[in-house]
Amino acid sequence: MAYRATVRGERFVFADLREVMAKANEEKSGDQLAEIAAGSARERVAAKLALADVPLSEIVANPLVDDAVTDLILASHDTVGFQAIAACTIGEFREMILAPGFPETWAAGGLARAVTPEIAAAVAKIMSDRDLITGAKPLRTATRCRNTMGGPGVLGVRTQPNHPTDDVEGILLSAVDGLLYGCGDAMIGVNPAAESVTGTAAILRGLAGLIDHLHLPTQTCVLAHLTTQLAALDAGAPVDLLFQSVAGTEEANRSFGISLDLLAEGREAVLAHHRTRAGQFVGEQVMYFETGQGSALSADAHHSIDQLTVEARAHGVARAYDPFLVNSVVGFIGPEYLADARQIIRAGLEDHFVGKLLGLPMGIDVCYTNHVEADQNTNDDLFILLAAAGCTFVMGVPASDDVMLGYQSTSYHDAAGIRELFGLSPAPEFTTWLTEKGLLRDGRLTDPAGQLAATLAGGLDAALLQATPSAAIGTHHPRRQPGGAM
Amino acid sequence: MDVTQLARRVRAVTPARIFVGRIGTSYGTAQLLALRADHAAARDAVTANLTLTSGPLAPLAERYGLFAVDSAADDRTQYLRRPDRGRRLSSIARDTITARCPHDTDLQVVIGDGLSAAAIEAQVPGLLPLLLDAADQAGWSIGQTFAVNHCRVGIMNDVGEILHPKAVVLLIGERPGLATAQSMSAYLAWRPRAHHTDADRNLLSNIHPRGIAHPDAVSRIIALIRAMRATGASGITLKEPDRRGPLDSDSVGTAP
Repeated sequence: MAYRATVRGERFVFADLREVMAKANEEKSGDQLAEIAAGSARERVAAKLALADVPLSEIVANPLVDDAVTDLILASHDTVGFQAIAACTIGEFREMILAPGFPETWAAGGLARAVTPEIAAAVAKIMSDRDLITGAKPLRTATRCRNTMGGPGVLGVRTQPNHPTDDVEGILLSAVDGLLYGCGDAMIGVNPAAESVTGTAAILRGLAGLIDHLHLPTQTCVLAHLTTQLAALDAGAPVDLLFQSVAGTEEANRSFGISLDLLAEGREAVLAHHRTRAGQFVGEQVMYFETGQGSALSADAHHSIDQLTVEARAHGVARAYDPFLVNSVVGFIGPEYLADARQIIRAGLEDHFVGKLLGLPMGIDVCYTNHVEADQNTNDDLFILLAAAGCTFVMGVPASDDVMLGYQSTSYHDAAGIRELFGLSPAPEFTTWLTEKGLLRDGRLTDPAGQLAATLAGGLDAALLQATPSAAIGTHHPRRQPGGAM
Repeated sequence: MDVTQLARRVRAVTPARIFVGRIGTSYGTAQLLALRADHAAARDAVTANLTLTSGPLAPLAERYGLFAVDSAADDRTQYLRRPDRGRRLSSIARDTITARCPHDTDLQVVIGDGLSAAAIEAQVPGLLPLLLDAADQAGWSIGQTFAVNHCRVGIMNDVGEILHPKAVVLLIGERPGLATAQSMSAYLAWRPRAHHTDADRNLLSNIHPRGIAHPDAVSRIIALIRAMRATGASGITLKEPDRRGPLDSDSVGTAP
């Protein structure tokens, strides 16, 4: 079915829903790369006008691709709850979201499950940046694993203490530094440099040792491939959160080496594992997903669907597995998908809004690579916008410099500063711990010294023993010399 | 142990910028400006071109008869915005390697600038001789190594389709980080063909002085090739022998 709109006397025709969805997007280099973007600013506005008049029911009735992800989205769609909004157009739905009272309706009626990813993407396309912030802010979803994320006034931080060779001591030292800034409540989550079962298990044991010995109310994660984490679990390593990158099409997920069945099996395995560790968990949200606009296109698995819509479908995949946290790694992918600061900022606000509308505990890795037209000021700007939007969590990377992945994210300093600026706190259990340890006083960071450092160092050594039982405490590592890039 | 002692312990074990102190919740001025300087250096590395005729790669080019061909990307700007072009060889490049490289070898090594020619200049002179010697000692037939300008990882598929080697190793410059612009990745694929993806490849990343050292990288590459030869497969299903498990690029992906 064709869609039409007229802008200042010029008539535009769009062949189908996929075309009008793509052309209604704000400018993105990835949509241009895929040759599906609007050809002019006028055509872009015309597509937005046409899309605003499309009823939600029409979007649900016309899937953009026939695959397993679409099947999953339709199977989990709350068709009864949907009746309340089915007759709305996308334009009316935007106004409904921004009108007083919507957050209450959304929460009370469980409206999130009535919204499909394609609807969320469509409405985001006709919203301004401020709409995306205003709309997302009140839509909060609390989740629980070893603590509680997503509560009011909480800005979580995933400590990301990566190391170029997965040195466990180096990883733990970075994590301990994060604690001094109140970071690590969302999780301590390590991207391993090598896909290795033994390496993944060693990092998991080391992280578990740290949180055991410091009685830290948080959860750990090693972001290896799901199959590697499950093999480490089989080998006896403790898994708090099971990570996987997910994408919005079946074919793109296949390129990640996963299927929907594998996600379900992995989740069941970790839930069973948690039942053997009674008393350590306050909830049953055990999955951690990462997404990002452009990933399906980069796997040539986008089926000519625009990257915002495919990203929303990735959120739909994540939602089906009851995640503890979901993270769009917005600026990681590179300039061929998001060309510059303007496109990264827009995509970050879109992904956050779409995730929140779908009911996800949505965080954003506010970040940029060194081959894109952005810098640390871009990060500052987007972080502040997302704090205003009520973002669930962000990353905490030492001084913003990820020394393994080679990109810049938000730092421990940034997280502490934004929490102070907006009056936000870590997860409640974590705030209590920080306060008891003297790291936080009246909601502000202290200057720790003496006994506290001894406690932290003690936890570090105990954790190292747990990671590699044969290692002697205090042994130095002569293989690397001080200096270099410090 | 106080926080200062903890900070001292750091320098031996990680290049991460930890225990750097704070002013309120901000960096000190020296730390802030050091970050800016490192970002500036990384930006410059992204735009540099690979050179075989002079500089650190020239003696290597002489010794191994290295030559350079182009991907289908016209220039650096297009390379950054059009990954599809960086994944294909130009038509001249296809003719050149068809004519100059032996076909059906056990091992074909390819050098790609990727996002850091500086990484190739820093790592390839040390690593390539070790790798080719080890392959020779294993008794494998070895193709003619060549370089690709404006190269992305997907170029391996074209190389596989044209030259039909069993194993392809692509040495490619990773996207520069702040700490170093000298980090290189080695991607491995068994009989690469059109439409192969990262799930069909194995990856060794972080080859640089503070990451994986050359002898270690070479022994792991050789072990992976042996595993590929034994199983007739590469990618997500392949276990890296002896020390590590399955190897893939899902969580890393720092090379283009």
